[in-house]
Amino acid sequence: MTGPALQIVGLAKRFGGLPAIQDVSLEVMPGERRLIIGPNGAGKTTLFNLITGDLKPDTGSVRLFGQELLELPTQDRIHLGLARTYQILTLFPRETLVHNVVLALLGLSPTRWNAWQALTGYQAFYDTARAALARVGLADSAERIVTETSYGERRRLELAMALAQQPKILLLDEPLAGLSQEERQSIQALLATIPREVTIVMIEHDMDVALAFAERITVLHYGQVIVEGTRTEVVNDPRTKEVYLGH
Amino acid sequence: MNRIATTVVAAALLLVLPWVAGNDFYINLASQILIYAIFALSLNLLVGFGGMTSLGHAAYLGIAAYACAWFVTHAGLGQLPAAILALLLTTLTAAVFGVLSLRATGLGFLMITLALGQIVWGMAYRWTDLTGGDNGMKLGARPAPFGIDIAQPVPFYYFSAIAFALSFFCLWRVAHSPFGASLQGSRDQPRRMRMLGHHVWMIQFAAFVMAGFWAGIAGLMYVYYNQFVSPNVLALQQSAEVLLMSILGGASAFSGPIVGAVIITLVKNVVSSYVERWNTLLGAIFVITVIFMPEGLVPGCRRLWRRFRGTGLAKPAAAKIEAKSP
Repeated sequence: MTGPALQIVGLAKRFGGLPAIQDVSLEVMPGERRLIIGPNGAGKTTLFNLITGDLKPDTGSVRLFGQELLELPTQDRIHLGLARTYQILTLFPRETLVHNVVLALLGLSPTRWNAWQALTGYQAFYDTARAALARVGLADSAERIVTETSYGERRRLELAMALAQQPKILLLDEPLAGLSQEERQSIQALLATIPREVTIVMIEHDMDVALAFAERITVLHYGQVIVEGTRTEVVNDPRTKEVYLGH
Repeated sequence: MNRIATTVVAAALLLVLPWVAGNDFYINLASQILIYAIFALSLNLLVGFGGMTSLGHAAYLGIAAYACAWFVTHAGLGQLPAAILALLLTTLTAAVFGVLSLRATGLGFLMITLALGQIVWGMAYRWTDLTGGDNGMKLGARPAPFGIDIAQPVPFYYFSAIAFALSFFCLWRVAHSPFGASLQGSRDQPRRMRMLGHHVWMIQFAAFVMAGFWAGIAGLMYVYYNQFVSPNVLALQQSAEVLLMSILGGASAFSGPIVGAVIITLVKNVVSSYVERWNTLLGAIFVITVIFMPEGLVPGCRRLWRRFRGTGLAKPAAAKIEAKSP
């Protein structure tokens, strides 16, 4: 485990004439907690989409533990230990919470191609899924339908689905978006319990939570990395203040 | 369990139906309904569970029927090898058509399936040397599985009932398997499914091929029943009708297409002998259903039943199967 967990070199993506990501390079070491901040439209979510394969970059390279990802479709990247949550909730709204997590577990299991046995017969999936829900404080809601749950509960479900997959690298896209102060604190406490083997890259606007969480911070502005360093370095950097903290 | 009770009642009904139905006309009608029910169930794997609205499903029904008749009458094969080869050909066609159709989603997918279906129809219509064109093709005689003669209406009815029960059972297993769950997940959130490690294209492709295979089973039953096949079996109307069965009965319910097959086959065959404008009646039934139960009859009645009993929440429009834009 000497090399970086995630290594991005010279990544670029244009939407028509608009450069969304320009020559971004960054390295995240195994076990690191990395925060990515930047004003709206800085390219944070686009960067995530390039890492996961939702978008194809124009140039550059993304490596996960040394393996080049760019030619791999999204689902293959997930099998290498990548997991991600969405800023805009992307759940299976008509299903129960436990079924949502079971789908996450199925994604990494060869069982997903079984077209004959009843899914409900796979007790182990349901046990693991319930454990994942319990971990995010949703043990009692496992059998509820997603549409009957609150926004805060859905945010937790997003997290439970990613955690259930036991990823090596977890990409969190604004996991606190739209939550109340108490909910933020409980999610923050939850994030703190994620073991150190998991590398976490997080996009977040709540500076209090984000700064407490992250060890290193990358500031994106107009698709470029303008500052990168430790918490204190970045917070005290005049360029950070100019683009982000200043107003 | 409720489900076991339902299965027992349904099986008993299937078993005693020839005694209740009385004359051959109604027994034959029951066989037709069962054959269309297999056809509609096969399509619903795509439409209801996969969210892929196809307007070319008659292609598989027709190819299986034509191939079986051709292998028996022109190639001189026995009934069993002819049936197996016909199914193989149908499944292979579904695989090729699946690769072509799944390049698009939603409306694009619908248009490609429609175009492919029309190509097959055109071939049956124009390639006279192979298909007999307008004159169609005769099968000669029904097969005799295990030496049992199924030429008469009642034995053929039981043969259809067995084929239906088998198809129902297998498709039920698929729908409730891990694969079935992945298929429904890919319908609702393809992007998330990829992000969870699922190979969405492969899931949809596998469903497409399976749907083609079971439509091929329906096609074999169709040609055994009619002992004749003509380009009509491949016409757009056939594809549209089976899609209507699925939507009318309720694509989100496993048994919805069966209800649709019953209603549409009855209106076509029974009501049409009393009412000249039976097509208008079918249209009216469809419009009324869409207004009051947009999710289809089976899920709609379930919703009313829940409301009547006062348990659970009514969830209208649970099934959104219309083509989503890509």
